[in-house]
Parts: sequence; C-alpha cells; structure tokens
Amino acid sequence: MTDDDKFLIKIDGADYEASPGELIIEACDKAGVHVPRFCYHPRMKPVGMCRMCLVEVSGPRGMSLQPSCYMPVQPDMEIVTESDKVKKAQDGVLEFLLINHPLDCPVCDKGGECPLQDQTLTYGPGESRFVEAKRHWAKPIALSELILLDRERCIQCARCTRFAEEVAGDPMIDFMARGDSTEVNIFDDNKFTSYFSGNTVQICPVGALTATPYRFASRPWDLEQAESTCVGCATGCRMVIQSSQDKLIRYLGIDSDPVNQSWLCDKGRFGYLANYAESRVVTPQVDHQEVSWKVAVDHVARAIKEALATTGPESIGIIGGSRLPNEDAYAWSKLARSVFGTNNVDAQLGDGLDPEVIVGLPKATIDETCASPLVVLVGPDIKEESPILFLRLKGAIDRGTTRVLEISPNPTSMTKYSAMSLFHRPGEAHLVVNSLVTPGPTKAGSGAGLPVGGVELADIDRARALIEDSPGVVFVLGRASMADSAQIVTQCASKVRENLPGARFLTVVRRANTHGALDCGLSPNLLPGRMTIDDARGYYEGHWGQVAQGPGMSTGEMLARAAAGSMAVLILLGADPVSDFPSRSLAKKALESGALVVSVTSHLDESAKLAGVILPTTTFGEKGGTTTNFEGRVSSLSRKVTGPGQAFDDWTVAVLLAKELGGDLGFSSQQDISEEMERVVPLYSNLKPHIWTSLAQSDGVVIPLYGDRVVPRWFDPIATPGIASLVHHPLRPGTGVDKESDPVRGESLPQVPARVEFSEVSRELSIPTLDAYSLRLMAPKVLYDRGVLTEPLSGVERPGSVLRVNHYDLDRIGAMSGDRVRVVSSAGAHEAQVEVDDSISKGTALVAFNVPRSEGQVLAGDLIGYGELVTDVRLEAL
Amino acid sequence: MSTPKMVTSRLGFEDSFTIDRYVKTGGYQALRKALKMTPEEVCAEVTTSNLLGRGGAGFETGRKWSMLRANPVRYLVVNGDESEPATFKDRMLIERDPHQLVEGTLISAYAIQATQAFIFIRGEFALGLERVLGAVNEAYEYGAIGPDIFGSGFSVDLVVHPGAGAYICGEETALLESLEGKRGYPRIKPPFFPAVIGLYGEPTVVNNVETMSNMPWIISNGGAAFAALGAGRSTGTRLFALSGHVKQPGNYEIEMAKSTFRDLIYNPDLGGGVRRDNKVKAIIPGGASAPWFGPDQLDLHLDQDEVAKAGSMLGSGSVVVMDEETCMVRAAWRIARFFHRESCGQCTPCREGSGWIDKIMRRIEDGYGREEDLDLLMDACDNIAPGVTWPPQQTTICVLGPSIPSSVAWSIRMFRDEYLIHIKEGGCPFS
Repeated sequence: MTDDDKFLIKIDGADYEASPGELIIEACDKAGVHVPRFCYHPRMKPVGMCRMCLVEVSGPRGMSLQPSCYMPVQPDMEIVTESDKVKKAQDGVLEFLLINHPLDCPVCDKGGECPLQDQTLTYGPGESRFVEAKRHWAKPIALSELILLDRERCIQCARCTRFAEEVAGDPMIDFMARGDSTEVNIFDDNKFTSYFSGNTVQICPVGALTATPYRFASRPWDLEQAESTCVGCATGCRMVIQSSQDKLIRYLGIDSDPVNQSWLCDKGRFGYLANYAESRVVTPQVDHQEVSWKVAVDHVARAIKEALATTGPESIGIIGGSRLPNEDAYAWSKLARSVFGTNNVDAQLGDGLDPEVIVGLPKATIDETCASPLVVLVGPDIKEESPILFLRLKGAIDRGTTRVLEISPNPTSMTKYSAMSLFHRPGEAHLVVNSLVTPGPTKAGSGAGLPVGGVELADIDRARALIEDSPGVVFVLGRASMADSAQIVTQCASKVRENLPGARFLTVVRRANTHGALDCGLSPNLLPGRMTIDDARGYYEGHWGQVAQGPGMSTGEMLARAAAGSMAVLILLGADPVSDFPSRSLAKKALESGALVVSVTSHLDESAKLAGVILPTTTFGEKGGTTTNFEGRVSSLSRKVTGPGQAFDDWTVAVLLAKELGGDLGFSSQQDISEEMERVVPLYSNLKPHIWTSLAQSDGVVIPLYGDRVVPRWFDPIATPGIASLVHHPLRPGTGVDKESDPVRGESLPQVPARVEFSEVSRELSIPTLDAYSLRLMAPKVLYDRGVLTEPLSGVERPGSVLRVNHYDLDRIGAMSGDRVRVVSSAGAHEAQVEVDDSISKGTALVAFNVPRSEGQVLAGDLIGYGELVTDVRLEAL
Repeated sequence: MSTPKMVTSRLGFEDSFTIDRYVKTGGYQALRKALKMTPEEVCAEVTTSNLLGRGGAGFETGRKWSMLRANPVRYLVVNGDESEPATFKDRMLIERDPHQLVEGTLISAYAIQATQAFIFIRGEFALGLERVLGAVNEAYEYGAIGPDIFGSGFSVDLVVHPGAGAYICGEETALLESLEGKRGYPRIKPPFFPAVIGLYGEPTVVNNVETMSNMPWIISNGGAAFAALGAGRSTGTRLFALSGHVKQPGNYEIEMAKSTFRDLIYNPDLGGGVRRDNKVKAIIPGGASAPWFGPDQLDLHLDQDEVAKAGSMLGSGSVVVMDEETCMVRAAWRIARFFHRESCGQCTPCREGSGWIDKIMRRIEDGYGREEDLDLLMDACDNIAPGVTWPPQQTTICVLGPSIPSSVAWSIRMFRDEYLIHIKEGGCPFS
C-alpha cells in the first residue's frame, strides 16, 4: 500500500489519516481515542457482537450508531465517539451486560484486571436498575482438566470460541442454545483438550474462563511482572512472567508481532509449575549424599585434574547446554576450550540436527516463512515440535498468503491445511526431496515407474509442479523421528541447496536454546560466532589464551567412548541423555561405565539419578540473560524470582570450576559475559548494553545485526493482558542499530574469521532396504513428553509408549489389536502390546519418543541403536 | 369485490397443489413466456409493476434485483420461514399453491440469471414442506427445473431447505447463515448486504414467498396491469392475514391502498366485524414487530407509505385486532415474551434486553409492578432502539431487537393508565 491510498477521516472533529480496509476501532486506537470493547480482538476476525464499541458514524442516511470493530473506514468518514447518543448506548450496553453477570468480583480471579470491571467504572451506569432474578448456572464446570468455565460470568463475546476455531483450529467449544440462555460449552464429554486452551483464559474479558493452576492463587494487584522469553521449546515466544512473594504465579503471552502474536501453548503457559516440582534439586550431591558446594566442586575439579594428568583432555566431555541462556553457554564453552582444553562439547543430544544445518543455511524468519508463497515442511509434526509456529503457519494458510507442501512419514496436524502431503517411508525423506528438486523430466514420464521412498511418481510430479510454479520457497526442516539419523535431514538440505539456490530455510529444533548454544560454541566443531575451530582457533587464542585443537566429539561419540570405558569425566549440562539420546541403551551404559558423571541440573532427571555429582542450578524465571530461538532471534530472559535452596546459575558453576582448576574466565557477573561476547564474538557485535536494555521490552533481534532496529514496546500491566502491548511506539533516535553508523567492531581487528556456511555435498546414503518381514520404526517427539517441564502439568493427556501399526501389518503376523508381541531391533528384543492405527502407513511401526512408559511397554529409545541410519523392527506374535 | 385474484386464484380447487390442476389453470405459461423474453425484459416488467417485497420491509423487488453485484455466480433464495405470530399468509400459498411459488421462483431466477435457487421453508410447516417438495419434483419431471428448461437453454436447480426452528432465520442474513449450515446469526449490515456478499459470499437475492407468487401474474399480464391496481407506490393486490377479535379471521387478497383497516375489519366479505360487536381497542397493522394503532387510525388506507407515515408499517401484511376486552399489558407482554424467546443471543442489547423486558412486563401483569417500571421499560427500549421512534434506530445487529418496543413502548404510550391500574391494583383487571 502506498501513501497515496491513504485518506482523511474525522474522529471527534479532528482530522486523521487512515488506510483502506482499516477498521474504525483501529483508526481510533491509532489516533489515541479509546473506544471501549469486549469482543474485538486485534488477532481475530471482528464479529461486532458485544456492541460496546458503538460509535456514531456518518453514512448515506446521516449519522448512525455502528460497531467500530466491524465497520471499515471510508474516505471523509466522520466518527463521533463521545456524543450523548454514544454515551447512552455504552451505558445501556454495560447495564445489559451486568444484569445477568454475578457480582462476585471479590472472589473472582479476574477482579482487578477485568475489562468488564474497568469499563463499567469508566463508561457504565453507577448502579443497576435490575431487580429481577439473575440467570443461574452451575459454577464452574470443567471444560478440561486445565480450563474451568463459569457460565454465569460469561458475556457471550465469542472470543474463546473464535480463538478455538479460527486461530487454533480446534473447534472443541461453541455456543449452545440461544438468546439469554446462550452458553459456551463442550460437545458431550469431548474435553477442550487443545494445546492452546490457556489462551482462551487470557483473552476472556471476564472471569468466565479460569485455568486451574491460577485459580485463587493470587490477586492481580499482588503480582509483579517482567517480560521474558518462553523456553518450553525453541520458538521463543515472548511472555510476561508474574510472581508474588518470590514465587512464580502466572505466565501471559505478549503480542510479539514477529513471533507469537500474543499466543502461548499450554506447555509454555503453565511451565512455571515445573519450578516447584518434586524432582527439583536444591542441594549439591556427591554420590547422592548432600554436600556443600565447596565439597562438590572440589570433587569435580579433582577428577578433572586427574583426567588431565592421566587420560588427557579428550577424556573429558560436556554434553548439553541448550537449556542455558546464551551467556551461560558461552561461559561453559570458554571453560571447556580454554581451561579443560577439550573440544568435546555438544549442546545437542543426538536428537537434533547437524550444526551446519542449524546455523549455516540461508535463513528465513517465521514472518518470512509465513509470507512465502510455498513452504515445504520436511520433518516433524510442527504442532508437537513448535505449537506457535503451527499457529502462525495455519494463520498464513487461512489468509491465503502461503501454501504448504508437506513431506512426512505419517499424517500430521498440518495435513488438513496442506496444499499437498507426501507420505514417505520413514528415513527416506531425502530421496523424496531429491526427486522433487532435481531438474530433469517429470518422474512419471521418465519411465522408471517405481515409487520414490514409497511416494507414487504421479504425486512427485504434482509436488514438483507446486515448487516449480512458486516464485519462492522456504523449507522448514526438522527431525521427523528419533529412529532415523540426522544425516537424512542434512542430505535433504544438500539436495535443496544444490538445486534451488534461492530457497531459504527455517530449521525447527526442539530444545529452547539449541541455536544459541551452537552460536556460543557448544558444538564439537564450532567456536562462538558460528565459526569452525580450524578457521577461528587462532582468533580465539588471541582472546582466551588457549583453545584446544581439532574438532571434538559429538554426544554420540562421547557416549560410545564412555560406554567403552575410556571417558573419565562426563558433564551433563542441563541434559538428560538417558531420556533424550535416541539410543537409550547406549546412554545408560555410558553413564554407568565408571566415568565420573556430573549432572549440572535443576531437576533430578533420569540421567541425574545415575550421576556421581549433582550440582543444582537455577532454571527459567530464576535467571536472566538472553536466549536464541530457531530463527536466530536473540531475546531477553528475566530473573523474576530467586532460585530455590543452593541452586546456582550455570555460568557461576563454570566460574567456580575454572577457579578450582587454576583458571580465570574473567567473569563476575552475567553482564561481564555479555560484554565480552559483544566485544569478542563478531556475531554479537552491536548488541551493546543499551540494546540489551531495550531488548527487555522488545521482540528481540535476529543476529547478526545489519541495520535491524530494536523497537521498544509499551506494555500496560493493567490493560487486558496480551492486547495492550500491540501498541508499538515509533523508534526513538539512538535506539536503532545501523551498520553504517555503528560499524561492526570486528572490522577493526586484523582478521575476523568467516562464519560457517552449510557446505555438505549431497551423497547417497545407504539406507537398508526394508525387508518384507520388518517394519520401519517411527519415533516422533510429542509436545507433552516426559520432560521436566510437563511433569507437573496434571491433567493433560500424554500419549503413552504404545506401539502402533497399520492393521495390515498386524494381520500379517496373525496378531490382533491389544495383543502382546515380541519386538526385535538391532538394539535388542522386547515385549510390547500392539495397537492398530490405520493412520500409520503400511510397513511402519510408531512409538512416540520420550513418553512415560506405559505398563509393560517398550520405550522407543529401547529399540533405537546407535549410529544407524534407520531403525527396522520385526514383530513376532507371542 | 372485483379485485383480480393474483395469488389466490386456485385456492377453490381441492387439488390446487397438484401440477395437473396447476397446468390446467394456465400454470407454467408465464415461465414459458418469460423464457422467450430476455432476462432484462423480465426485470423491466417487474420494475414496471413496482411490486413491493411482501416479507415486511416492502422494498421494491425490481430495484432489489438491480442492485445485485455483477458476478458469474448469483443465488436466489426464497424466504418461506414465516414464523411471526399472526402471520400466516405464506403458509397458505406454500401449502395450497406450491407450483405458483415454484414458477415465480423460476421466473425470478431467470430474470437475475441465477442457476441455483433455494426455497427455505419453516421447519414446522410439515405439510408445506411435503407440498413444495412434491411440486419441485413434479416440476423437474415436467421440465420446468433442471438443465435447459423448456428447451430454452437456461438451466436452473432448485433446492428446498427446511428451517431448524428459529424465528430469527426469517431475517434474511440469518437465513443465509442457516442455509450455509451455521448458527442462525444475522450478519452485520452495513457494510455488506446480500446483494453484494450473500450466500457463500456470492451476490444473492432473498425474496418472500408471496413476492415470488406474484411473478406468474405479472409476467402473464404485464407489469403495467399490476401497477394499474392500487395507488402510489403500493401497487397490485396484497394478501392480508387478518386475525384477532374479528368474526371472520383469515387471509384476504385485496387491492392495495384502496381499502382501509376499517374496511378490512368490518366488510362482511372480509373480517365481518368485531366479535360480540365490541369496539376496537387497538390493532397491530403489520405483524408482531409493528407499532400499534388505536381506533382513531382505522381509516388509514392499506397503503405502505400511508401506514409508514402514520408511524407504523404494513410489514408482513398481518393485521391483529384487539377489542375492548383485551388486556393491553398482557398483549404487549406476550409479544415481548415471543421476542425474548426468539432472540438469537448474538448481540448484547437484544439478548439481555429482551429477557429483562419480558421479566418486567410479566411482573407488572402479575401485579408486582412499580410505577418506576414504566420509565425503566421505556429506557430499556431506548437502549435497544435509541429514541424509540419508527422506523427504529438500533443498537443491535438486526431488527429483532427494535421489534420489542413496538409492542411494549407503544402500549405504554397508548395505554399508560391501564399499566397504572395493574400497578396500583396489584393485578390484572381483565383476569
């Protein structure tokens, strides 16, 4: 839209500029004229139902009352928001809304932050003239284990029902009956089990919808709050964390335009419950005996010294770090390289992607992905992996701005929104991608005739046409299954890079700060700033003193070496390889092999139970710093409450260990670390303290910065949460970052090593042929897994470790749904109960990864071997 | 009376609903004639006739058609969801002369070049549904519906859709929502009217059953012949549903604008007078949503503009007569209760206001009224229909809300004393 399209309108007598299609209420908001509202929500389609936003509008038949949330502005339109007629209408609507609304504000969770309360005070009549009996309902009823509904308080604004249908695509709640008997409800006993159900509570303009964890937990005026970034997954949703009496009480989504647009998934929204879980560790332990920090750190330092003196630095390894803020990851990276002298560091637990895929490909942001005419999804069910990315993409599809081509082993949540879905044999995505992007004649026409990776050639040709006809394409890459190798994803990227140089990528990884940890050098072959050890070793020796030579070992290699008995010290940095490493048997064997296992953790996870030393750390909400989402966007974390017991920040542990080993990292605060990062790591250049400060109130910045601008946002804690923050104040001079006016500091240094670029050459992977007696295993991650974050979230349904196959394959072995079978893979033989699920392709078996073990069932990790490209299993009837 | 019967000519026949009788009495000749004309010529005839919509709003049919957005897909929807208390004229046309309705629908579909038409019939009209479905099936067999009707090259399909029991679906945009399979919630207009964005987002004409039933006569006899009857903008004949305290309630087709309400009530061929020769206390001139008239307004002509000028509407053409033995509070309350029960609940003033007014009215009728309740009722009406004027302004999405004051506010204005007696005496003097 150009400025030429704009026209003038009059609001309360003053001229304002407006754009075609803009709603009157939006124009009023822009003009700073507040119009009261209930049903209007800027992220949903208007319905004009509550009538609170009536204003007088000029039209062909003179001035009339019109809903400002529904009517678009017209050139020369005259809008009056404060006439007697408007005031009478507002007064009337509020009185109508209140006649059946209970006056239980003193015991209502919404009291104090309630738009109905606030607007009644501002616009409503002083008292009610209603003397009849109010409408009564049972209060409250459970829509799900998490969401309760008090229908007496409901004002029928349809925000929740619209959210469920329009935004989340989960139309599980709706209006029932009519007139003043209208109620929101679920259908029969089908609970409101949406992953996004908590948003309805946040946007409810009254106290009708409440979430069980917050019920009667606090009053709004007792809450303190700070902006932060969710670390429930790697999407990096901006949110407000609220506490009272040094205890986390509630999280609310913030309307961050480029990321979560005010929404949160329930896993993130209720993540604070994990801070108070029983599994929280608060005291250092050596051999499961509580000790002081001094004793514990001494113990670790002694073991490291001994290892350095005998088996050498390569017998020390650090696994994990992607749950840490960037600063803490940097401190640990520096500790490993310059004090331990080892490059055995890996933030990923074998369940991620090739680091070059994550940091080295031409990137697309979430916004760019949603604006791309075609998005090719290769990998996981993004609703399980990144629920908010799913919402964003679904929204873009609904608006018609993008289309999705899905390449997946099984139908996913995205299937019904996709323009086309190709379901392939697990582990053979790269073959499908190759046939889609390789130039040449159409596949069906080439005469070869055989399906590729299980996909018919005619479908391949249709999908090729989609890609060829699209002026741009973004590939969303991720791991569809833990049962096949990350190399398959790497090969997908190679094929696309070689054939579609214009394509861009969004790599979806699971753990919150995987990208940031890699950026900070927690990767066997990367130093901070996305530079390889070979390229940047000299550069960092100039800053750090010494840096170990040659690439280190990956998590898999470290575990394999530990299992063989030749690792001396394994440090688990907020990592639980027993649960998260694909091959559970190898991880267990490694941790039980005799190496000193040091678990630096906030929770007693499965691996910590096997550790010799446990060092308790703070977790989300208890530590500050920054985190980097899968776009490469750096945003702030807030320390809102103090950590429990003797929990230390992770960076402090690094400093303590360094000191004990005679080194000095040079840090006495997290601020020291971020200053060094800005000074030393070219990737973080320009992220100066004043930017950090404004980051605390912004959407974050995608690094490296090239003239990106940091736009501070106004957030009103009292206004309806998640809505008021839409107001973006214009950029003030001095807060912007511009490469020309503020050159990258690295340029003044003699030589800055180049950032790594994805360079993997495509090659053939020797995927074994699936023999006629075997099934290929699928082990996808799910949102509600066995991770510490979801553990205390009682009531949500977690999938159990149920083995599911197509009925066709079950018939072949003569078993029935519910029978126990023997499952044999290269990792061993187990017994399990099998269930029929015909949404699963023939020749495939599926067990969700890292879910609670169902009674007598096999875990996916039990079946997955180490270092294999795919996992084939054989089922035998018992 | 020598008025030609335009829509009720066949009602004397036992088998008036069959295609045999219909064809024998000249049926489907108008459609054949229309198909030989150009669509523009058909539209022109209708425009010339100045046929006013018979559903309630009384908008010129020809003008409505001309406002249709140019588009390859257009829909014609016939509104047969007649559900208002005291309105029963469409029901008769649906049950007794379904082919006339079908033929009129087909002529109109051809005129606006809609290849898909819908007849939405009130779900409770069991017999009507059966008759119209039968007529549609017969018409398909007869070659009047389907591909290339009567060899004209024009193809049209006709779907009969039963309503699901909500008065609000007689509101044209709620009807469209219902037809689309959604909750019957009226749409917000402006900015868009069905002629621009209608059924499934395509331009749509929604016409009443009686309006459609006039089409065969207009095409056969010409728009000018239609316009020659009546006076002013109120042309042709109209079917009046007369009910209440008259000796001969029923549907009467009479020429518009020539007779008065008094004629309708007292003419021996029509209403035949008030029961027990009582005096008229009030009439509702155009359906439950119309403001009331007093006995001093009986000499108004049955003319849309004359009635509108007098502060009410001819509306759906149903005239309710209330004699001196009628309790005005109870009458108004019964209508308010109807609108309360039928409010769809979408917008606040109607959802909450209708229930509140119902409760207050009932309280007064039951003898627990307070004097301040009258001001309260007037103000609650004002908050639904600002100014409580006619035609109404509204804070609501559709006109169901502003229909409430028509009985409540007008009865208070006209019969305030009767309300006060209820309040002072603590009960209804008529019971």
